Order: sequence, then C-alpha cells, then structure tokens
Amino acid sequence: METFTYYPGCTLRTKAKDLDTYARSSAEALGISLVEPADWQCCGGAYTTAKDEIATKLSAVRTLNAAKESGTALVTVCSACHNVIKQTNYDISNNDDMAMKVNNYLKLSEPYSGETTVYHYLELLRDVVGFDKLKEKVVNPFKGKKIAAYYGCLLLRPSKALAMDDPENPTIMEDFIKAIGGTPVIYAQRNECCGGYITMEDKAQAAKRSGAVMDSAKDQGADMVITACPLCLYNLRKNSGSDLPVYYFTELLAEALGLKEANNE
Amino acid sequence: MNKNLQEQIIRSSGVNVLKCMRCGKCSGTCPSYGEMEYHPHQFVYMVERGEIEPLLKSESLYKCLTCFACVERCPRNVEPAKVVEAVRLAAVRQQGNNHLTPAQIPDMLDDDLPQQAIVTAFRKYTK
Repeated sequence: METFTYYPGCTLRTKAKDLDTYARSSAEALGISLVEPADWQCCGGAYTTAKDEIATKLSAVRTLNAAKESGTALVTVCSACHNVIKQTNYDISNNDDMAMKVNNYLKLSEPYSGETTVYHYLELLRDVVGFDKLKEKVVNPFKGKKIAAYYGCLLLRPSKALAMDDPENPTIMEDFIKAIGGTPVIYAQRNECCGGYITMEDKAQAAKRSGAVMDSAKDQGADMVITACPLCLYNLRKNSGSDLPVYYFTELLAEALGLKEANNE
Repeated sequence: MNKNLQEQIIRSSGVNVLKCMRCGKCSGTCPSYGEMEYHPHQFVYMVERGEIEPLLKSESLYKCLTCFACVERCPRNVEPAKVVEAVRLAAVRQQGNNHLTPAQIPDMLDDDLPQQAIVTAFRKYTK
C-alpha cells in the first residue's frame, strides 16, 4: 500500500464532510494510504500573490514541509487548498527572496525550497492509481448518466503553477467520469468562476455567476454536476436557482466503488 | 500622480505594467466585469499612469474574485489580477481601512456556508 500525506483543510472537517469521508474510504479501497499530518493549519482559502506578503504563506509551507519530512508526496482534495498549496510551492521554488524570508522565519531543521510533490486527488487517480485501474474496480457504473464536470477557477489556474491539465480544454474530470462509467458533458462555463466568496457580501453577483454555470450545464443535457470545491458546491446549490443536482466527485467515486449508497435526488 | 504608492504597488504585484498592449482581453474575460467601476485593463493602465487614488477608493477592489482568468488568458503575461491585489492590499493596509470586520460575520452566515468562504474573504478584505 503506497502512503501519502493527506491534507484535508478546514472545510472538510465541517461543512464538506462528504468530500473528505469518501476520499478516504475510496483511497483505502484503491490501495492508497492517506496519513494526515499532526497539527495542520488552515491554508487561508486564497493564495496571496503579492511579493511582499510572507505571513499569509507560512501555513502552506508548514504543510509542504510536513510531507517533505515524512518522505511522502502530498495529496489535497479541496480545490482551494490545492490552489494555495501548489501556488506556494511554485513560488518558493522560483522566488529566492520569498524562500529566504519564509525560511528565516520558520527556522526549520532544513530549509524548505519546494521539494514536495503535490497531487490533487484527481491527479492521484490519474497518475498514481490510473483511470484504467480505477475502471476495473468499479462495481456500480454510472451507466447512461450524463455528468457535467465543474472545474471552476481554482483547480486549473494559474496553469504554470498548478500544472494539472490544459487550463482551457481540460480532460481530467471527464476521464474520471468515463472511468466510473458515466458520460461526460462538455459545456462552456465548466472552467469559469462560480462567484466564490463574493456570496458573503453580494448575493446577486454570486447568483449571476453560479446561475450561468448551471444553465450552461443544463443546456448541454447534464443530469448532474460534480465539483471538488466546497464553495463551488455551495454557490451552485444555494445561489444558482437551478434544480440540477450537484455532488462532490468523491461521492460518485465511492458510489461507483460500492462504498456508498446512491444519492436520491 | 502618487509616485510613492505607484512604486509600492508595482513592487508588491511583481507586474511589469509596461508590457500591456491594451487589447482588453482581461476585462473581456472577467466574470465581475459588469460589477466593476474600473475594469482589469484599467487597473493596469491607471497604475502605469500613477492614478492610484481613484482605485484605492473604488468598490471594484472587492469585486475581483481571484479566479485568475485574466492571469491565464493575457497574451502578454501581464497578470492583471496581481495588480488588483496589490492595490487592494495598499487600501486595506491603511489604518482603519479593513473592508470586513469580525463583527459583520454573524449576519452573513447560514447553515451551509463553508468556512472556506469566510477565511478567503478575510484574507482578501482584511489586514
């Protein structure tokens, strides 16, 4: 069984338990051991791109360094954590000034300079497990189901730091859908923003953005939408005004693997 | 023209505003275009000109969703969102100028709102 450091992040502990629970049970069924680091901290939700910001990047560095010290690659599943941690890793590898300031503060036993490999859970399925292998383990395929993958913004961009897939024509979630026996639906808004945290102070804008995403998926005949992001799920369910069901991709994964009852919506 | 703030913003963003060729693709692809008084290409242009004060006072600072669409799609790799962020930081770093305070949070909550929204908003709106 191959072992990885697993970073759940704050929201997977509370509002997004389904994203976390089914990621863990599915990994186990696929022969992957996910080990949570001790005393991890919230990633902060958004990466601060400013060059003169150091404190806001430290929690992500601590997580990256914990994986380095345990000698394993790091796995994230929440889109926001994935984005923050990969952008931090990219910048600390490519910006000597930032790396120096971060290491001067943290005083680690050995300086951290971007050594850890970071996988989003979808990358783990694609690059470590393999979608072909996953397909062989599926016991409840989503036969005849038209599933729309919602990437949103955080999974793919900025592509030079995230390096996960083609930022304008991604295939990783569609390949996942095929592996679990479903039919992927391609629609225009799949990599446009849902409105994100603007829901806090401007519901109208969140409604406009998330509504555009859901209408676009529905127009292409989707039966459901899947996401890796708790905030996308919230906006698409609560602010879009659409009746199309939205699930975490890990829920479908666990269902396909026979680890979870079917959703009844 | 505010030379001091202009230099601070350019340094903090790490962006070379002179690379912009004013094609407007950043604003064309921005999901908040309709909500903004100043659009992404105007942030780049106005910082280049040193017209910082109008940007500092504008609600447009808090409409950027940090979706990185403009960063990804700029044909000149200008990365406009980094300019917007540097201006927003220059605003919220001023004493008493936080855009969001903890006292405002309880009224914004509902049973399903993920923590992710709250921590992200704090990171963007508050110092």
